[in-house]
Amino acid sequence: MYPFTFTKAASTHEALNAGRRGGRYIAGGTTLVDLMRETVERPETLVDISGLPLREVTVTERGGLRIGALVRMADAAAHPKVRALYPVISEALELSASAQLRNMATIGGNIMQRTRCTYFRDVTADCNKREPGSGCAAREGHNRTHAILGTSEACVATHPSDVAVAFAALEATVHLMGPDGERRIACADFLLRPGSTPNREQAIRQGELITAVEIPALPRPLKSGYLKVRDRQSYEFALTSAAVALHVRGGVIREAKVAAGGVGTVPWKLPAVERHLIGERPSEALWTAAAEKAAEGARPLEHNRFKVELLKRTVERQLRIVGGTK
Amino acid sequence: MSIELPESDVPPPKGADEPSSGPTRRTFIATSTAVGGVVVAGGVIGGSLLADPAAAETVRSGQVSLTVNGTRRTVTVDNRTSLLDLLREEFGLTGSKKGCNAGACGACTVLVDGRRVNSCLTLAVRLEGTEVTTIEGLADGDQLHPLQQAFIDEDAFQCGYCTPGQILSGIGCIQEGHTGSPEEIREWMSGNICRCGCYVKIVRAVEQTAGRK
Repeated sequence: MYPFTFTKAASTHEALNAGRRGGRYIAGGTTLVDLMRETVERPETLVDISGLPLREVTVTERGGLRIGALVRMADAAAHPKVRALYPVISEALELSASAQLRNMATIGGNIMQRTRCTYFRDVTADCNKREPGSGCAAREGHNRTHAILGTSEACVATHPSDVAVAFAALEATVHLMGPDGERRIACADFLLRPGSTPNREQAIRQGELITAVEIPALPRPLKSGYLKVRDRQSYEFALTSAAVALHVRGGVIREAKVAAGGVGTVPWKLPAVERHLIGERPSEALWTAAAEKAAEGARPLEHNRFKVELLKRTVERQLRIVGGTK
Repeated sequence: MSIELPESDVPPPKGADEPSSGPTRRTFIATSTAVGGVVVAGGVIGGSLLADPAAAETVRSGQVSLTVNGTRRTVTVDNRTSLLDLLREEFGLTGSKKGCNAGACGACTVLVDGRRVNSCLTLAVRLEGTEVTTIEGLADGDQLHPLQQAFIDEDAFQCGYCTPGQILSGIGCIQEGHTGSPEEIREWMSGNICRCGCYVKIVRAVEQTAGRK
């Protein structure tokens, strides 16, 4: 680990000032400290933001949910409002990492976490995300766990977050505060596909601070849930995952929110699946037909072709779990 | 005293496990630590840099006061120092173990303000005012913590390396209320890897301790 200076921000104002001068925010630190030890991350200054008042979970006026950036994963998952309104968020969180890590890591940090691509984490390997222009060792390497959607010539790394998949499905908004004031940006626009600049992962400006993630209100009753498929039963990143939320009224699906994880360079929203579901009556045949559209546009690599079929089956199963089989 | 074990700067402990003619693993690490400490402290704290406001910008260590197993401690640490290294190398509390040093094995699990965390990923300099509980702080004199006793009663370990982390994590698991079934315990204890494969008995020890409460 390289040496760094450390300050603890006593106020949001103080944090923003330190951030504007190039300080790197640290909240839970579970990704950042790990990557600093690997010398993938080499911040010169860490700004501890854990004392800032961003720990609230509140129901918005319209009936959505606002989760403060510093709410720890464990606390967000256990929060009665989160559990009641959006089980998909609780489930995604509780299927992530370990109890210890969830006690440390925060919601803001979770969506800022960096890929688990082993070549990214190995400073001796070629990686355009870590070292722009150096190449991508994963493209012809051990790419079994890598992305099949949203990839580019430069990068095929997946986004590792589970809860960000739920946020993508629910069309959440990221609240930011920066030197120029506050702004909001859709989750879908916040996390960037790699294109030719995989080193740029978030649409965040220097010194900007995530203050909250807001989930929009959705029609009720809403059934939702998260399914994660992985190489071991727990404490592992997703090979594939599916976040599903359905609003069924009068026997007809009126609203469908679906996204997949473990397969995309960003959490992968599935609008074609959603369109196939809306206006239809739940049935086995519907789940199968809708899930068939989940892997549209997939470009598998040598070792991850299995993800194409696995993704369809993951989505199909989760549609069945959430939507029932009537 | 300022400590840090930058892995890249420390040569692998080749002679560590050799017979008595070579250094023991513990003396080797202690020596490496002392050397690292001298270098860092000499460069940053020893001189007059702290008096110079411009140079203070580049100070890479900090003072932190925390309570460890009921004892208040104040120490100056290199900013890079993990809680795990602080406990083991500075305070001599070697019960917490370094397995992966990356948050992937749970051997370093301790309680910070009552919550189980990975001490390897916790920067010590951030712990001002916190209360840390390690395996050394669980027993009351000769009276073991019920979960410690349960690990013995259930024979819930072989090599014992993961055991301190398992026990601290088990205490967290019980406090959090995730002991409704063996399956639930397994899921909520999944952050602690046991290379010997004692999971069945570990789950039993946690289950029995939770049931007694």
